[in-house]
Amino acid sequence: MAAVRFTLNGKPQTVDVEPAMPLLWVLRDTLGLTGTKFGCGMALCGACTVHINGQPIRSCTTRISTVAGKSVTTIEGLSPDRSHPIQQAWIAEDVPQCGYCQSGQIMTAAALLAKTPHPSDADIDEALHGNICRCGTYQAIRAAVRMAASVRTGIQQRGAK
Amino acid sequence: MTTARRLAPCVSLGLDQKLDRRSFLRNTAVGAGGLLIGFYLPSQSRLKADAVSSKLNAYVHVGSDDTVTLFIHKAEMGQGTVTSLSMLLAEELECDWKKIRTEFPGVSREYGAFQGVVGSASIRSSWTPLRQAGAAAREMLIAAGAKKLGVDPSACRAENNLVINTTSGAKLSFGSLAEDAAKVPVPANVTLKDPKQFRLIGKATKRLDTPSKVDGTATFGIDVRRPGMQYAVIARCPVFGGKVASFDASKAKAVPGVKSVVQISNGVAVLADNTWNAMEGRRALAIQWDEGPTAAMNSTLLSQMFADKIQQPGAVARKDGDAPAVLENVAIASAAKKIDATYEVPFLAHAPMEPMNCAADVRADSCEVWASTQMQTSARDAAVKITGLKPENVQLHTEFMGGGFGRRGQVDFISEAVEVSKAAGVPVKVTWSREDDLQHDMYRPASACRFSGAVDAEGWPVAITARIACPQFGGLQNGVSRNGVEGVSTMPYALANFLCDYHAVDAGIPVTYWRSVGYSQNTFFIESFLDELAALGGKDPVEVRLRMLANQPRLRAALELAADKAGWGKPLPAGRARGVSVVNNVGSFTAQIAEVSVAGGKIKVHRVVCAVDCGQVVNPAGVEQQIQSAIVFGLTAALKGGITIDRGRVQQENFHQYEVLRIEEMPVVEVHMVPSSAAPGGIGEAGTPGIAPAVTNALFAATGKRVRRLPILASDLV
Repeated sequence: MAAVRFTLNGKPQTVDVEPAMPLLWVLRDTLGLTGTKFGCGMALCGACTVHINGQPIRSCTTRISTVAGKSVTTIEGLSPDRSHPIQQAWIAEDVPQCGYCQSGQIMTAAALLAKTPHPSDADIDEALHGNICRCGTYQAIRAAVRMAASVRTGIQQRGAK
Repeated sequence: MTTARRLAPCVSLGLDQKLDRRSFLRNTAVGAGGLLIGFYLPSQSRLKADAVSSKLNAYVHVGSDDTVTLFIHKAEMGQGTVTSLSMLLAEELECDWKKIRTEFPGVSREYGAFQGVVGSASIRSSWTPLRQAGAAAREMLIAAGAKKLGVDPSACRAENNLVINTTSGAKLSFGSLAEDAAKVPVPANVTLKDPKQFRLIGKATKRLDTPSKVDGTATFGIDVRRPGMQYAVIARCPVFGGKVASFDASKAKAVPGVKSVVQISNGVAVLADNTWNAMEGRRALAIQWDEGPTAAMNSTLLSQMFADKIQQPGAVARKDGDAPAVLENVAIASAAKKIDATYEVPFLAHAPMEPMNCAADVRADSCEVWASTQMQTSARDAAVKITGLKPENVQLHTEFMGGGFGRRGQVDFISEAVEVSKAAGVPVKVTWSREDDLQHDMYRPASACRFSGAVDAEGWPVAITARIACPQFGGLQNGVSRNGVEGVSTMPYALANFLCDYHAVDAGIPVTYWRSVGYSQNTFFIESFLDELAALGGKDPVEVRLRMLANQPRLRAALELAADKAGWGKPLPAGRARGVSVVNNVGSFTAQIAEVSVAGGKIKVHRVVCAVDCGQVVNPAGVEQQIQSAIVFGLTAALKGGITIDRGRVQQENFHQYEVLRIEEMPVVEVHMVPSSAAPGGIGEAGTPGIAPAVTNALFAATGKRVRRLPILASDLV
């Protein structure tokens, strides 16, 4: 066991767990943040995606020891009130069905928009390739990412005036 | 805890059983006051026969705080049933849509008529009784309001959570009337709206569960946390039917965080302070397995078993005319033509994104279970069986399901968790890894179908024989597994000579329902073979279907709509081709047209046009979602899926070996609904069966190669 200090959703966090324990299980079991989901344990499905220093990563294969000193954002910390443009677009397009993969989809999509404000359809497919949805919400996900991109553009244009 | 609040008597709709309101509301979030109506929604198997039961299973509550709560015996696995059922209620209750809440009631013997979600049945079974319940509650609120206003009920109407005096315009909120309404006798008869008056039904409506699914707050079974709970994983025999011979837990117990190791009926459970430590503990277990007879099984042997079976006549599932005699004569007659073909499909896993899991807390005199389950009643019964407790002392909490697809209709994962909690004496949550999920599923059965068919001198089909070999599931009748043959035996075409017979195959591999059940493979079989006959006779695939569907107006109309919207017969970019399929399952009528191309050994599905007649549409947005969803599910099976067996073990471990459709492979799916005022059909499974044959028929049009085995391999097309 070893104490690991990092920033979680903007606040300092210390956990005392096995260094090899994946971040996913620290979040879910140790800290009770169950919005981040377990799907495969091998970084194959994307359900466990969180941001580390703004980058989308698979928390199921990320040892907690490698998170020390870094900033972790989970679905619970993406916005305080579902106001992130991606969350708003997800609501507007009514994307989720069972909803289980959606935390991961949303975190991946949010990271895409942060890096690429105007993603092409190919950009969207490439970024979200690693996020499996068995309910088949892919068409709605594409539409929602496009919508979020256009909403952000609108906000920026209004802000510039 | 005592309360001074008086409990009004609960009423039950059309039933003489009195509902104990205090008992019912004890475990719910609504207050004790207000109007509560209990009613009964039949299960799918009782759609016609058993409209009235002595048991209740769904409830509507109008609270003094003006909230409306629907307690529903269904469960939400993504199919949107919570939203569409709420629409049925709200339509008649005339409540404010924004004030609707839903809860899943517990299962208990007293109120526990069947609870579960299978067979795309929720809307079909709830269509009338749920609207009746809403109408009864509305009439009672109007009666209470009229009394308070000193007018006749006929002078009042309900709208938007208000009872309104239509003459004076005076308004009273539902909440202010709820207590009084509970004292009004339940109306013996209620008149339901004419569909022309619908305000909600038929309008695209947003899902009620979306907000909680975009911020991580929706609670799935795997998210349940209880005080003192330990986290468990189970080592199961890798060979189906095998058992623990002996095990050594000393190394597992030395893993940090491991609390205990207990043996249960199908394996060894490791309990720890978190899931990861439990998994590490399981890795350190040393187990000797008694693998049993299935250890000799492999996919080559299985294929041979299927191939052998379809050589000999089987149990007759359907016989029209005399197909074998017609086919015999074709061999002699010169103008007619004959063709033989054998089709096969593999075992498939369900692989919902949320792996199986269950939390259980078994005490000396009680048991609580938290589960993502499609079958609450069976889940509760499983816990009763293991604990030996009385049903009323077992409480089941229904959680959101991260996908079901039939897998969560089984209760093996619930039995296990109850066993572990009982053996270890602590509250426990058992979590399956993805490897556990893929290797200890109960699978969509592998199946094979041997066809012979003939067209007459003009090229029209005149006879088909279809012999199916498929593991038995869902029971045998006269030697036939209905689920094993449905789709072929129920084929909708007018054909004078048709024979479908069946062989059970005992492969030792557990099988169960998988989205659309037997139709998932049998529609691929029959719709492909019909395409072969169309090609043999030189006919257009749509033309031959339309002709043979002369007596199937709803299926025919769906096909005409799909053909029109897809531009059937119109030119396509070079390299692209279209394929078609039709199916009538779960009470709905579906036609699909797929547009595909093959380039550089890669198959691409560009566009799928689906027309569906599912009767009266409750939520068009929900229908569109479900058709898209069902098509993705079926497309994964067509392009990706396949469970293979070696030494009695499943060879696929995780998503790198059991691949599923990803976003870049998603075709554009267009959904068109045939306007209909017929009673609603099912929708969750309607879109799955037709996509594989639409794609393979399109591939035939594109390449001239007939795909007779799923998943489709690029090597089959060269």
